[in-house]
Amino acid sequence: MEAAAAEPGNLAGVRHIILVLSGKGGVGKSTISTELALALRHAGKKVGILDVDLCGPSIPRMLRAQGRAVHQCDSGWVPVFVDQEQSISLMSVGFLLESPDEAVVWRGPKKNALIKQFVSDVAWGQLDYLVVDTPPGTSDEHMATVEALRPYSPLGALVVTTPQVVSVGDVRRELTFCRKTGLQVVGVVENMSGFVCPHCAECTNVFSRGGGEELARLAGVPFLGSVPLDPELTRSLEEGRDFIRDFPNSPAFPALSSIAQKVLSQAPARLS
Amino acid sequence: MEEVPQGCPGTGSAQAGRGASCQGCPNQRLCASGAGAAPDPAIEEIKEKMKTVKHKILVLSGKGGVGKSTFSAHLAHGLAEDENTQVALLDIDICGPSIPKIMGLEGEQVHQSGSGWSPVFVEDNLGVMSVGFLLSSPDDAVIWRGPKKNGMIKQFLRDVDWGEVDYLIVDTPPGTSDEHLSAVQYLSAAHIDGAVIITTPQEVSLQDVRKEINFCHKVKLPVIGVVENMSVFICPQCKKESQIFPPTTGGAEVMCQDLKIPLLGKVPLDPHIGKSCDKGQSFLTDAPDSPATLAYRSIIKRIQEFCGHHPPKEEHLIGS
Repeated sequence: MEAAAAEPGNLAGVRHIILVLSGKGGVGKSTISTELALALRHAGKKVGILDVDLCGPSIPRMLRAQGRAVHQCDSGWVPVFVDQEQSISLMSVGFLLESPDEAVVWRGPKKNALIKQFVSDVAWGQLDYLVVDTPPGTSDEHMATVEALRPYSPLGALVVTTPQVVSVGDVRRELTFCRKTGLQVVGVVENMSGFVCPHCAECTNVFSRGGGEELARLAGVPFLGSVPLDPELTRSLEEGRDFIRDFPNSPAFPALSSIAQKVLSQAPARLS
Repeated sequence: MEEVPQGCPGTGSAQAGRGASCQGCPNQRLCASGAGAAPDPAIEEIKEKMKTVKHKILVLSGKGGVGKSTFSAHLAHGLAEDENTQVALLDIDICGPSIPKIMGLEGEQVHQSGSGWSPVFVEDNLGVMSVGFLLSSPDDAVIWRGPKKNGMIKQFLRDVDWGEVDYLIVDTPPGTSDEHLSAVQYLSAAHIDGAVIITTPQEVSLQDVRKEINFCHKVKLPVIGVVENMSVFICPQCKKESQIFPPTTGGAEVMCQDLKIPLLGKVPLDPHIGKSCDKGQSFLTDAPDSPATLAYRSIIKRIQEFCGHHPPKEEHLIGS
């Protein structure tokens, strides 16, 4: 792939870039990335998702796009459209693997190289939002992504945590990463915030409570909301269904919609 | 790839890069610098260091947030309940070191002595090492690229004075990258008993876990078995079961059958586990009658049996 340094670049048509980060694994970054993209689409926006989790690329399955092929055009790779209307496009290393069980066992430099390609060599076209899903941590992938996206002034980062102290402990470090790399924090999302028993309606704080809101307060960043545990949400992601369209009465829906609304209201008006 | 020059002395040879036939070879500079020659001396040093460690277990998962650190900590607690068993817990999650918090050791510092770094002891027979102990504030982020992380892992394995240890448990971050390759590489001469792989029931986890199992096969790391965590939730109010993380493709059970790997056990989702971890206490002692505790204990026993039945090849240890 040739470097696109001299051209305006494949991101020139992208109005807003938002990263989804967490110091902690398994808190729901890919879930939030997917649901945010679906909610933005339902708000009439054209959305792209860039999945830079090279070791554990979850997004293709969550949008029922596993096994799709990536084609090339003059400007580079064509992202995979996950719907007929072509309102959500996706790029993931998952599409480049020969088999879904194939492990990407790469050290940092090779990961960095692919991420640079994903940022500069995917022909995104005109997008309202590009959501960038990341793996957990503060390492190669994160530095490569932030560096590659810097010239395009990302809107900022959505930082995801679960309520308990062990998660918040890692996510504090992610907030430091954002500070050090000059990435604005759009807000903190607390996921897996309580489970309402479908049998008796008792709410149990499976992963403790309150940590996300407290973290946002201490760090001086907006708290965007708490998303409860919702087996319908998990199931939708397993099956690649559109949770936002199909389950508006499910416990997680109000929180996810509200988070999307807050992201929409954050985006400053920009001249295209 | 250009052809190897005729008369190439070989990249491992003393003449590498220096021989007459090396002139003009594109790799000449590399060979002359000695880069292609000897393997990292640390590997032998670590092999020596690990002579006092009887069993080494890696706790892995392709997926984040499935409970690796929780499991590692409780495996350590469980094994250390026998005061005659010496246990060491090494946390090589450099970016997200959870072990200090889970073991109730936040804020502890590492001390150096003539024989190396001293681990932080929870009990007399349970020592812990983590990058978390080297950070001065809970907000400090370790923003390192691969090579620096590898260096830290090398130091942990080579420079920590573990002493005589029956079990060394290595907790890892999610993924199949630098940390995992380094751990396996640096311990390659020292014999790892095997890996315990943690998952949750849903396919989103399993698809990453299959990659991790693939990784183990690639690097010839034996798989002790799989633990399915967060299996089922029992409502504390009505005691009815719910599947918060539904096993849409059959959960770990079907995956293990397909891949012919032992399923060591299933641990139900008990809100007290998270609470114990947040408080830095052993869930096994906090809630001895919980179904989750019983599941953990059964899994720990199976791991001990595995280690007992697969003694290290190089040394013939006198039975303890």
